[in-house]
Amino acid sequence: MPDTAFWAVCLVVVPLFFAIICFVRSALVSILGPLAAWLNAIAALGMTVSFVHSGPVRYAIGGWQVPLGINFRIDGLSVLLIAMTAVTGLSVSMYASGYFSLRIGPAREQGRHQHQRAYFWPLWLLLWAALHGLFLSADLFNIYVTLEITGLSAVLLTSLSGKAAARLAAMRYLLVSLLGSCSYLFGVALLYRCYGILDMAVLARLVSPAPLMWVSLALLTTGLVLKTALFPLHFWLPPAHANALAPVSAILSGLVVKASLYLILRLWGDVFAQVLPLAAYLLPGALGCGAVLWGAVQALLQKRLKMLIAYSTVAQLGYMFIALPLIRLDHGSSAWEAVIFLIMSHACAKSAMFMAAGSIFLKAGHDRINDLDGIKEVLPVTSFAFVVAGVSLMGFPPSGAFIGKWLLLGVSLASGQWWWGIMLVIGSLLAAGYVYRVACHLLVFKAPFYARRQFIPPVMEWSALLLAVLAMLLGLFAGYPLGLLEAGSPFPGHACLEVMP
Amino acid sequence: MNTIFLYNFSGLALFAIGLHGLIRSSHLLRKILAANLMSSGVFLIMIVGAYGTDKGMIDPVPHAMVLTGIVVSVSATAVALALVCLVQETTNRVLLLQKRKKEQGRRTDA
Repeated sequence: MPDTAFWAVCLVVVPLFFAIICFVRSALVSILGPLAAWLNAIAALGMTVSFVHSGPVRYAIGGWQVPLGINFRIDGLSVLLIAMTAVTGLSVSMYASGYFSLRIGPAREQGRHQHQRAYFWPLWLLLWAALHGLFLSADLFNIYVTLEITGLSAVLLTSLSGKAAARLAAMRYLLVSLLGSCSYLFGVALLYRCYGILDMAVLARLVSPAPLMWVSLALLTTGLVLKTALFPLHFWLPPAHANALAPVSAILSGLVVKASLYLILRLWGDVFAQVLPLAAYLLPGALGCGAVLWGAVQALLQKRLKMLIAYSTVAQLGYMFIALPLIRLDHGSSAWEAVIFLIMSHACAKSAMFMAAGSIFLKAGHDRINDLDGIKEVLPVTSFAFVVAGVSLMGFPPSGAFIGKWLLLGVSLASGQWWWGIMLVIGSLLAAGYVYRVACHLLVFKAPFYARRQFIPPVMEWSALLLAVLAMLLGLFAGYPLGLLEAGSPFPGHACLEVMP
Repeated sequence: MNTIFLYNFSGLALFAIGLHGLIRSSHLLRKILAANLMSSGVFLIMIVGAYGTDKGMIDPVPHAMVLTGIVVSVSATAVALALVCLVQETTNRVLLLQKRKKEQGRRTDA
């Protein structure tokens, strides 16, 4: 029986290997791509099962120890995020195989779409490998490398659509991403100079307030916040996410922003939690409030469906920053569990929304919200998927977002900082506003005549619905992920993972 | 001590000049050069960190990191240059267009 470490190495090696094969043998991508997605899902399942049996693991690849070797740290947080990546990634892969086979159909534009498919799969698998590496790595410099691979492959995926707007958005995304990782690397350099080690678990015990440490934390955080698109630095996200191809938008909004968010949570919630004063957490909290308001208001004002969904991502990311001060205030672990629920349900719901929007775009030929009246009559499953995903974003029970917001509300009331709770409620109301605005057009208004210009393959409709329903039902199996999280949780109030230096 | 200070200071200056160039210049090639300058500054600071530790002892780990960093930075530059070519191909400019002009680009594309 292979152990957790075996599966963890598979999770990086398998997508990387298939990415190279797909790049070299581009004629076979339509078979190799989905095959790699299934293998990834199997490896993720294998790792989750063996993690449940044997608990947190630390693994030095090739037997090389810190500081020269690459170490994996597999704890509850990494396992949950990898499971999230596997589920979302598998659905998006199924959607993408339908999407590209549909678009390669008409002979006139065959060249361009074949080119898109030939590059989509290698880049997506590379991105997948980088995400796995990022969630598993134990030290900050390896994370820098995986962060850079994630950024570069995400930029190239954005530019795949070939339109001028997409290429410009990709260029801006690339420059922001380079600036972000440079700032992160500077922070890592200073941190190494302070402590001579970059392993996160060891750093958490070593950090002490020092001027160089503060500068390094500021640089790390600035870089990551830029890549996560927190409110005042979100300018690059909506054009990049809205102009990409549909499966790419789903990947970018569902998974890529979570990579840098995960690091911020690790740094602020675990590594530096002991030295940061409570007042420092007000900053991300306040910016998160700004993101919730600004993103939701902008979403309400958008005319194009994909822009609306992209601004909704800006707003939803705000919640995860509002949770930071609550994680600090919380004596138990419920704020921490809440963030995980918000992240997982946002990944499923947002990917489902972008996938549904992609099908609607192909069917109607545009994504102007006001002209989408009654599209449910030609795309019933997709419209239903969109609305279910939207409702779960709003935080209706039993969705994962409901559990997340409920736990956060409880913590904010118990800790006396009730204003965060009020922001959560306002954010949910605004989310209801923009979801209902689309839902009205999709479901309620009378349909004009739709030329049946495109047949949407069932796999595209059902994969979106599957993810949406999953986001909705996440709250029902709340206990299971929470149990996983408690195994090796890095957070105060729980037994810490023992470090083998 | 003075040499080390000088190296640190030049690293910081390179980073600052690069940051300024990345934000202020409008030509995309200049922006990419500026990003490269920034990472050179960071590499310099990392390397100096290896010498700053103890008398005579040189820490090999920052060197390994800088080597990896150079590889990453070269690949990032390659991607950026390829993307500049694509942007130039579709918009006939090597600029990140302002809002008004970007919409023009979108119109001609549609």
